[in-house]
Amino acid sequence: MKFLSKCYIGLIFFLLYIPIVVLIVFSFNESGSLAEFSGFSFMWYEELFHDEEAFSALRNSLVLAVSSAAIATVLGTFGALGLHRMKRRYIKQPIMTLTNIPMMNPDIVTGVSMMLLFVAVATFLDTRDLFGFGTLLIAHVTFNLPYVILSVMPRFQQLDKSLSEAAQDLGCTPSKAFFKVELPEIIPGIVSGLMMSFTLSLDDFVISHFVSSPNFQTLPLYVYNQTAHNVKFSMYALSALIVAVILVILLVVNFAGSAADRKSRKGGRS
Amino acid sequence: MKNLSLRKTDPPPAGKGKAAQRSIFQKLAAVPHAFWTVLFIAAPMLFVLYFAFTDTEGNFSFSNITDLGQYTNVFILSIAFALIATAVCLIIGYPLAYFMSRQSPKAQKILMVLIMLPMWCNLLIRTYALMALLDNGGLLNSLLGKLGLEPLPIVGSYFGVILGMVYDFLPYMVLPIFTAMTKLDYRYIEASHDLGCNAFQTMTKVVMPLTLSGVVSGVTMVFVPSISTFYISQKLGAGKIDLVGDTIERLFQNVSTYNVGAAMSLVMMILILISLTIMNKFSDEEGGMVP
Amino acid sequence: MNKRFASLLLALLLLALPVLGLVSCDDGVGDTVTLYVYNWGEYMSDGSEGTLDVNEMFEEWYYETYGVRVKVNYSTYSSNESMYAKLSSGSVHYDVVVPSDYMIERMIAEDMLAELNYENMPHIGNIHPDFFGPDAIYDYYDPDNKYAVPYMYGMIGIIYNTTMVEADDPSLGSWQLMWDERHTGNILQFNNSRDAFGTAQYFLGLDVNSSDEAEWRKALEKLKEQKHVLQGYVMDEIFNKMENGSAAIAAYYAGDFLAMYENNEDLEFFYPAEGTNLYVDAMCIPKTSRNKEIAEAYIDFMLTEAPAVANAEYTYYASPNTVVRENEEYIEYMNSIKEGGYELMYNTDTVWTSSYKNLGGEQLIMFNELWEELKSDIQVGLPIYIICAVILVILIGGGTFLGVRKKIRDRY
Repeated sequence: MKFLSKCYIGLIFFLLYIPIVVLIVFSFNESGSLAEFSGFSFMWYEELFHDEEAFSALRNSLVLAVSSAAIATVLGTFGALGLHRMKRRYIKQPIMTLTNIPMMNPDIVTGVSMMLLFVAVATFLDTRDLFGFGTLLIAHVTFNLPYVILSVMPRFQQLDKSLSEAAQDLGCTPSKAFFKVELPEIIPGIVSGLMMSFTLSLDDFVISHFVSSPNFQTLPLYVYNQTAHNVKFSMYALSALIVAVILVILLVVNFAGSAADRKSRKGGRS
Repeated sequence: MKNLSLRKTDPPPAGKGKAAQRSIFQKLAAVPHAFWTVLFIAAPMLFVLYFAFTDTEGNFSFSNITDLGQYTNVFILSIAFALIATAVCLIIGYPLAYFMSRQSPKAQKILMVLIMLPMWCNLLIRTYALMALLDNGGLLNSLLGKLGLEPLPIVGSYFGVILGMVYDFLPYMVLPIFTAMTKLDYRYIEASHDLGCNAFQTMTKVVMPLTLSGVVSGVTMVFVPSISTFYISQKLGAGKIDLVGDTIERLFQNVSTYNVGAAMSLVMMILILISLTIMNKFSDEEGGMVP
Repeated sequence: MNKRFASLLLALLLLALPVLGLVSCDDGVGDTVTLYVYNWGEYMSDGSEGTLDVNEMFEEWYYETYGVRVKVNYSTYSSNESMYAKLSSGSVHYDVVVPSDYMIERMIAEDMLAELNYENMPHIGNIHPDFFGPDAIYDYYDPDNKYAVPYMYGMIGIIYNTTMVEADDPSLGSWQLMWDERHTGNILQFNNSRDAFGTAQYFLGLDVNSSDEAEWRKALEKLKEQKHVLQGYVMDEIFNKMENGSAAIAAYYAGDFLAMYENNEDLEFFYPAEGTNLYVDAMCIPKTSRNKEIAEAYIDFMLTEAPAVANAEYTYYASPNTVVRENEEYIEYMNSIKEGGYELMYNTDTVWTSSYKNLGGEQLIMFNELWEELKSDIQVGLPIYIICAVILVILIGGGTFLGVRKKIRDRY
């Protein structure tokens, strides 16, 4: 039984990994064919490093991920604070429900709904410059928000109220008490929200697909355009590099500090 | 300080008295968030509603909804594919998660990384890799050809699309179940053995009910993206098998079909909402069963 | 995660923000003007694999001539319809676009294109008189030559793999090959409405610009009939699929056949005897352009010899530019790709051709509906129903079982 279960695990992981492994192996293939390995070469990597488009896409992705994660974290943390303190359920409940909509909805619906909003605004303002970094940033902050709230809110709920009261009794103003006593307690929640927003934003394709413009392309959008055309074989090199980077990050995170089920809350995106 | 004496005498009032102590800052902390959700979550949804119930001139009409009639088969096929993919993921994923949770802690950690790597890896890349492998001229079929076997025409077939969904979303099924399994107290299993259950009974009476919450979240996480995908059907269906996602994507490429697209999104949203409610009922019913 | 580590990480990320912001802003610094060019995929020499990067050449040339730095923002589309949708959605603006004939007609009719100022285009005379000027034959989309400068032209034909299609196949030479049941699962059709309908219309001998809905319906029925022999509807994915033998037969643009042939010499090509489509793609400036003069300079620059030859050699499409057509080296190059390659691209007289015209408003709506009808024509099939029924029965059965069991237990 023990042996059989090991076989089963091995088989499933084998099947799960063949495409990725094949892609990585063939990114070193001289001929660029995916059917036959004709010789080892770094040429696709070289070509990739000369591909300005890929690099600007990577840079755009990082800028977008960092800024949207930062904004979503700030907005979401204060939001969670305010919601936690809020006593009026008839205000609190609708806001919580609204916040969770992007998490429940399929990405494509979130994407088209944002697109409709932006198209309406663009028509109203009679501008053609609306789509681009700004719209992407708004969309990414929006779909990151529920995840930030989800990781920060429980921390507020676990807070010992008497701590803050004690601080105030000892002469802190309420704000000071918040920053000195409560904030340090919730920081881990904030960090996990931030990290999750960062990865979600980096990974998103579907929502970006609807709210982007060609003058601001992210990495997933670049990959999409590549696979819709005559695929350059440097794309395989790019994919291999992405897999490698993620593997390293995962190993570091998992074996340095456990953040295991972070992604389990994420839900299937795209 | 000024409230100190007051508090000592009065029992702490739940409502207003406490709130008065909060600074303006804390009171208003949720305001930007509330504004954001109204502006960028509620308003877009209203736009979907508006577009779904107006024609291209902006007059109220039900014609978009009735126009969806021609997409009946597209809806049926999407739901069917998502159901099948979810079922297959569950059948493959549940034993996998169970066996994984029976490994040594160190092996578990490695397996965890291995199951998370595909999840964090961009879906486009994995789907494309799978397509490149399975295409008629890809590695699989050229190997089959060398062995003198008939090629398998997977790309462009229903099987291909379902396979793509299963391949892409299997980790989403395994991880929550696995998490639930690792939280499961092993003593329950021992106890059930002691009380005379055989392996099968232990499985159905102890392990399964206790990991149902993991199953429910796994099912949701596979079903929702499966029913709304368009990249998988585009690549593995070769543009021939149009699902709801593909149709919505195409309808939103043309200004004159935004309205039908919005109606379609709305219907899909409602469909998913209904399935989620049913799913949650499942887990609620089971929730209080075992302490 | 301990707190100190966490706050350090937070601080680092927040610090990284302004730095990244600075990096991302550098293309806005100085007096650089950005020129937005929107073109078909694989349709301009981009510097890959040792070709000339014509956009970079333009940037250098413009700086040397006018002392202004221009950055070309080049992006691509895969069909006229998607380009039109993007442009008309009002969400973006472009300075140069390269639509095909019928789409240019439509954009002129909808007042989306700007009139060109030929004083800014000293090289306009390079265009062959057949394509531009008072005696032109192929300027049906813009008879007064006010809006468009022809970029490339060509015809649609059928590409097939000789290892998968026998040389004596009776369907060879005809559109029939695209409907041949013996090649089920190995045929690729256009994933754009106009060209897909075109294949059926040429096959049936119908007018591609018909105003009769019944004729369009006939073509639709033919396409529906074809659906089960197809592997799929694709656009530029066709390159990889034909090159690696994933499909045997595909209708596509002649120039692209040469590009595929370069990577797979098993491929062959023919123009169907029933007749086929001749298209002209031309450079235009949308009304929303903000840098019309630079856009005109760009279009003119692409008419000069070096970039024009580079583009023609990159795309393998037929060029309406005389400096290209008469360039000996270019002719030699085309023939070196495939024997008779030059002939293949430029012999527009050997097969009967017609061109797409813009369809009027109502017809366009009807046409879109027909395309939707084709795409949503999907058979679910009995096995799928049965599998789903089984899953649903298990789900509902399981649900009721659990519910009933819970109720029974609750009683105790």
